[in-house]
Amino acid sequence: MEDATTMRDKSILGSAPQPALVQVDRLGVSFATRNGTVQAVSNVSFQVAKGETLGIVGESGSGKSVTSYALMRILDRAGRISSGDMTFSGIDLVNADERTMRDLRGREISMIFQNPRMALNPIRRVGDQISDVLRQHAQAVGSNARVKSIELLKIVKIRDAEARYNAYPFELSGGMCQRIVIALALACRPRLLIADEPTTGLDVTTQKTVMELIVELTHERNMSTILITHDLGLASSYCDRIIVMKDGAIVEAGETSELFASPKHAYTRKLIRATPRLDSTVRELLLEDLATAAKPTKAARATSDVPILQVTSLTKSFAPEIAKRSLWLEKLIRSKSIKPPEAPLAIDDISFSIPAGGSVGLVGESGCGKSTTSSIIMRLLEPTVGSVKLNGVELTDIPIKSFARSTYRAQLQMVFQDPTDSLNPRFTARRVIEDPIRMLGSDEDRKCIEERVEQLAERVGLPVDLLSRFPHQLSGGQKARVGIARAIALSPKLLILDEPTAALDVSVQAIVLNLLHDLRADFGMSYLFVSHDLNVVRLLCDDVIVMRAGRIVEQGNASEVLASPQSPYTQTLIDAIPHPPSLHAA
Amino acid sequence: MLGSRTKTVLQRLWQALPVLFGVIVVTFLLTRALPGDPAVYFAGPAADANSIAEIRKSLGLDLPLPQQFLIYLGDLSRGDLGQSLSTGQPVLTDLTTRLPASLELTFAALFLSTMIAIPMGILAALNPGRLVDHACRLLVTMGVSLPTFFTGLVLVFFFYYLLGWAPSPIGRLDFAYLPPPHVTGFFTIDAMLVGDLETAWAAAAQVFMPAVTLALFTLAPIARMTRAAMIQALSSEYIRTARAAGLSSRKVILTYALGNAMLPVITTLGMVFSFTLGANVLVEKVFAWPGIGSYAVEALVVSDYAAVQGFVLSMAILFVLVNLLVDVIYTLIDPRVGSEA
Repeated sequence: MEDATTMRDKSILGSAPQPALVQVDRLGVSFATRNGTVQAVSNVSFQVAKGETLGIVGESGSGKSVTSYALMRILDRAGRISSGDMTFSGIDLVNADERTMRDLRGREISMIFQNPRMALNPIRRVGDQISDVLRQHAQAVGSNARVKSIELLKIVKIRDAEARYNAYPFELSGGMCQRIVIALALACRPRLLIADEPTTGLDVTTQKTVMELIVELTHERNMSTILITHDLGLASSYCDRIIVMKDGAIVEAGETSELFASPKHAYTRKLIRATPRLDSTVRELLLEDLATAAKPTKAARATSDVPILQVTSLTKSFAPEIAKRSLWLEKLIRSKSIKPPEAPLAIDDISFSIPAGGSVGLVGESGCGKSTTSSIIMRLLEPTVGSVKLNGVELTDIPIKSFARSTYRAQLQMVFQDPTDSLNPRFTARRVIEDPIRMLGSDEDRKCIEERVEQLAERVGLPVDLLSRFPHQLSGGQKARVGIARAIALSPKLLILDEPTAALDVSVQAIVLNLLHDLRADFGMSYLFVSHDLNVVRLLCDDVIVMRAGRIVEQGNASEVLASPQSPYTQTLIDAIPHPPSLHAA
Repeated sequence: MLGSRTKTVLQRLWQALPVLFGVIVVTFLLTRALPGDPAVYFAGPAADANSIAEIRKSLGLDLPLPQQFLIYLGDLSRGDLGQSLSTGQPVLTDLTTRLPASLELTFAALFLSTMIAIPMGILAALNPGRLVDHACRLLVTMGVSLPTFFTGLVLVFFFYYLLGWAPSPIGRLDFAYLPPPHVTGFFTIDAMLVGDLETAWAAAAQVFMPAVTLALFTLAPIARMTRAAMIQALSSEYIRTARAAGLSSRKVILTYALGNAMLPVITTLGMVFSFTLGANVLVEKVFAWPGIGSYAVEALVVSDYAAVQGFVLSMAILFVLVNLLVDVIYTLIDPRVGSEA
């Protein structure tokens, strides 16, 4: 009671027109680790007014998620609120007992997480998970919990809600799972919603529908929202105010439009620059001084008429081939079950080519067949029909089993999406980079290989003394460099880049994109850049191919496609990408 | 949904058949490769070369191995496991009286140890590095590091000899009682079926101490696995969601975390059951328990082929059944299993 009075007094004295729903003052969070106490968040203060959307923006390790966990008091065992005050609607959150907190969680403050499929209990029906929350907060009793849960499923626009009540998370798409998580979070009509990277890992069009759903539902209920994201574009599109965090502290805070128009802190400027916009060039992603230091871009155009890669009427079907495995018992077991429906083709008759020295972007949402295409080109998958020619040589004639040792394999390398998972955790960086040289290189002695690895490390900007480290001792950006050095170790003709920056922070992404841009010019390589993000693809590619459901819906010059897309689907994709306000507009 | 699960179960059964055939071949060959000649043993110390050869012929041991194997297969298909040389009974009869004894003991032991190990593992996982965790580790280490015959003897010494609380360790039932009519072969259950509560109680008292001995030994894998699985489950993202939604800790721990943590625990239980059933010879010896383990050891010592083969075969069938059961429980708990098959 006393807290509430002081709160009111403060707000009368302060300039805020409405009392703040959430008030955080000089919050500090520390974690007990083996190497002593680590201060994850220090001196963080902010307010959220009723009905307001606050964005907390920062890169990994900035403490933005920890701040929100502290607010809900769901920190790990090792984490501790070390200083500061937090109040929610006058209730002291720092000193409230666990019982009060449990009543607040889910009913007054609730949270949406990234990676929705992992955020749901994998072995419990999604409807039951919503019912659990309703029953916990006495919003429903046993008999009407099911009906109320189905109502909620309808509110988050899940089609066929009655049937979906009984679904398990693994049976639903990522977007659907996020709707379930939203239904779970909004089940008890809370006053504050914390969305922690709610759309990371979702396709751009799904991201748009999910964000619109959140906005619609929170506005309807006049809820306050805290949106935690690394994506400045997303924050600028949906937030009233933004705070920028770095290394556990706030570096800048302000109204969204003001922040983008005149960012005061150098880090904010760096972040804004590094976020790709519709009109930015790859150089502009870097800070002013770095950008001028970089060599002027030179176009490496076709040197020969033979395209480096020629894909013709490629088709791939994943339909099970029952006829081949006609074990009598299997027939017996299957006889009762219905015949599997005609499986749609993963890739349906696609053709394209990459000129020597050219770079082509392959864009589409998950399940569009872009990864299947790159796997077929790498001879990891056998196409059902079609031809793949590398420099005029038919690759599909080489059996998959012997392709790994073939000389053509050296001309064709890949950079993978996840810089961590694609490195052997028990190999040092040096061993990772020299691996392809040992496997496929001409017989060189140890000294030569060592020199070559060091040259490569230098070329990709990896300090030579880091070569003896293991992947877990390297940062995300450094691991990405190791992956790139490994891919260019044999001076390949064609590099397949499978979302090489999707797992990286924007400032690291900017550096990696610039590195890739320079490497292509220096080595005369060709790129096939596979990505879901048209904006990133445009920065690195001359031409772009847009795929949907296994087919090519549009292809052409990258900037032309982006400026005036011919296909409505491409238009939808472009519209779905949230952009921060243009730099040049300011 | 149910269809795909039934299919998974059927497939598992189908996969078990080659395993069983392999077991038959391997046990047949292994028993033939054992040192010791059953004909010599059977003929007795006074026999000469002639009578041994005669006995060998009558046992069919002079035939070439493939032929012996075919004869063996033929007998098996008729449910004839052969005659035990040492007991003089058909092996099938021996097994049907002794296997239930072992099963009763193993079930009782596993019941006790799960009742203790799972709550202990959960408590340890909820308080890692605290006193409960250390106490749990200590008990578990002691249980697994003391040999079962030793714990058995200590228990007998204290609870039978000094305190007199437990009945004498002389098998499944005191002499004062008559074994109940054979239905399941489990004395406790059979006695209750005919309403003889006194005999049921006596049988339960008899099984208690050997069961405790075995339970102490099997605590370790179950408790450790529960702890590890719970710690993993508790740190997962769906637990964070459940906590953020304000669910009670009871619901979070028992429904959300334990449900998921049960999967590896059930696998462990299946393995523990299998090895306990075959490996409790020492406990059977200490408590004069007429189980299948001691039967097999006795048969092995005297090269009693038929009995050893019968033992290994019945164990193999049990292993397959237990694994099947584990898989079935798995598909019931985890909806993802059926759809992947």
